[in-house]
Amino acid sequence: MTALVSKGYDAFVLDPAEEPLVELLSAARVSACYVALHGKEGEDGTVQRLIELLGIPYTGTRPLACHVTFDKVLAKEALAGAGVSTPPWVTVEASALRDLSAGPILHHVAERVGLPAVVKPSRAGSAMGLSFAERESDLPSAVMSALSFADAVVVERKIEGTEVAAAMVGSPDEPLPLVEIVPKSGVYDYAARYTAGATEYYAPARVSPEVAAACHREAAQAFRTLGLRDVSQADIMIDSRGTPWVVDVNVSPGMTDTSLLPMSAQSAGIPFPDLCERILQLALARA
Amino acid sequence: MAELNVDPYADLYARRTSGMSASEVRALFAVASRPEVVSLAGGMPYVQGIPQEDVFDVVAHVVSEQASTALQYGGGQGMPALRERLAMLMHEEGTEADPEDMVVTTGAQQALDLVGKVLIDPGDEIVVEAPSYVGALSAFSAYEPRFVQIELDDNGMVVERLEEALVKGARPKFVYTVPNFHNPAGVTMSTARREQLVALCREAHIPIVEDNPYGLLRFEGRSEPTLRSMDPQNVIYLGTVSKVFSPGLRVGWALAEPGVLQRMILAKEAADLCGSSFTMLVTERYLSGGRWRKNLQGLVDVYRSRRDAMLAALDEHFPDDATWTLPAGGFFVWVTLPGYFDTQAMLAAAVERRVAYVPGTAFHPDGRGRDKMRLAFCYPTEDDIVEGVRRLGALLTDEEELYRSLSG
Repeated sequence: MTALVSKGYDAFVLDPAEEPLVELLSAARVSACYVALHGKEGEDGTVQRLIELLGIPYTGTRPLACHVTFDKVLAKEALAGAGVSTPPWVTVEASALRDLSAGPILHHVAERVGLPAVVKPSRAGSAMGLSFAERESDLPSAVMSALSFADAVVVERKIEGTEVAAAMVGSPDEPLPLVEIVPKSGVYDYAARYTAGATEYYAPARVSPEVAAACHREAAQAFRTLGLRDVSQADIMIDSRGTPWVVDVNVSPGMTDTSLLPMSAQSAGIPFPDLCERILQLALARA
Repeated sequence: MAELNVDPYADLYARRTSGMSASEVRALFAVASRPEVVSLAGGMPYVQGIPQEDVFDVVAHVVSEQASTALQYGGGQGMPALRERLAMLMHEEGTEADPEDMVVTTGAQQALDLVGKVLIDPGDEIVVEAPSYVGALSAFSAYEPRFVQIELDDNGMVVERLEEALVKGARPKFVYTVPNFHNPAGVTMSTARREQLVALCREAHIPIVEDNPYGLLRFEGRSEPTLRSMDPQNVIYLGTVSKVFSPGLRVGWALAEPGVLQRMILAKEAADLCGSSFTMLVTERYLSGGRWRKNLQGLVDVYRSRRDAMLAALDEHFPDDATWTLPAGGFFVWVTLPGYFDTQAMLAAAVERRVAYVPGTAFHPDGRGRDKMRLAFCYPTEDDIVEGVRRLGALLTDEEELYRSLSG
């Protein structure tokens, strides 16, 4: 909000978790909503649906695309179906485990995906509930942890290599510089993401032009396939052969001072207030 | 190709802040504080148990009779009259205390910080219990120690393990212990263990830091002697009025030998010049006369009933293979679950079911404790305690079933 105000906009903050969104937006006469929400209702389309019903232009992706992108199960199916490079995976649903006693399926999961694997909740952010399974015997606890956050779990082949974030503002065909992420602890978990200094970042990422181009291609295809609009970010693991694998796509990239999109923009010479303005203008243009 | 930092201070932070990380658990607690969630997580004293007229009397007296002192700077060591009262509190616990050997601090938390500041050089080993009080771990961490963890059992610290560690070459600066109604474990160090610990540390010239916030909150049984009473020269004693009167006033103290004490006073003055004269006078007034004792008895009765409600509810609702400690006082029960549990990951599911606890990992510097949780009975009503335990028990039962189906 400070950034937008510094650019001359009359802006105020509304936190839907604390304040009645519909009531306040109906009463105020806003030209647009800048959506920068983290967590379920902000990223899965719930809030977007409400804002659309109120007839207010807003930044970011539309409800259905949010819903699909926020759910890793749906997102991965869509990406794989469109030929986007994403690691092999299996979905395990809590209902299958609880109601159908499908526990023994984990053995088949390990065979299909290969170990080590990443086990993540189908719907959650900031790496919460995410863990690694080195051995098949790690899978039950890992699945249990992930199921604290969602009703389904994605077990995905772990890609060892370099982690980068590919961000988009406006069009998938105008990529921003890749940001390379090097967590000091080795794992980009919650603490690594939100503790300043816990992770080193390089933008542009220290990869060859060919690899960067490949990452941008996969990211652009991911954004187009999922129908993302205005602003989004793809998390990509580049393996030892330089092949990019899309592991996650975000409709609401973080905009804090340890976040990747502002970093990427900064390295392209776009200061934070300009970045915010650019995104806002995309919504205002639709008014 | 530049290394990037959007935080302009990123390169400037002192190395000692590297232990200060954003916490997933803290983020979850933001959700856990919603009113519909029964929180068995917080260690908040039941301050509503202090009669309002007593608080009013005491504050009114200070404002009307002692305003000029209350509003003025005081000395770094803290008001002498208050130190006399705090010495009286220690006497209640069978411990001699000279007010001259005390410094009043902003809660015992500040005393922990001062101990760290005065005694820990980066890399120094210090002994803590496993689990240990999270406030102590974070206070000490700022001074970059290496933690040597000694496990607890139903009788408190397993002193034999400390002895083994010393034989193997550990050279700790001090041993930190919460001997009464341990936070988080609920256990109390037995007399035999106290004698063992005092003898061992005296022989090895290792001071003991005794942190005793709950000593006066005993529900039944006989009080144990304080470590300080057993070896005044080698024990730094930390106390607080938070559970006896009020945590909001931020009044605690340290009782230590002159050399250490002087340094702690200087460090405290460097941190805040002096404590709040106003709250020190309020506390001093409250502790004069007999009302504090009567009110404390009332609080103890409430806490005892709540403990009873929790233990009964655990018996009824928790699965058979969960075990827990049986505290004879204080605020906390420490639950141990089968080894495949991850209480940190499970917290999100608990909050979904409208109950919160503190995952055991918070109390170990090395991330241990995934199969443990701390439950607090001090603040919720008995009905809420029962309901909270019921919700948690249902979750544990579901998780066990899930695990059974997962592991075939």
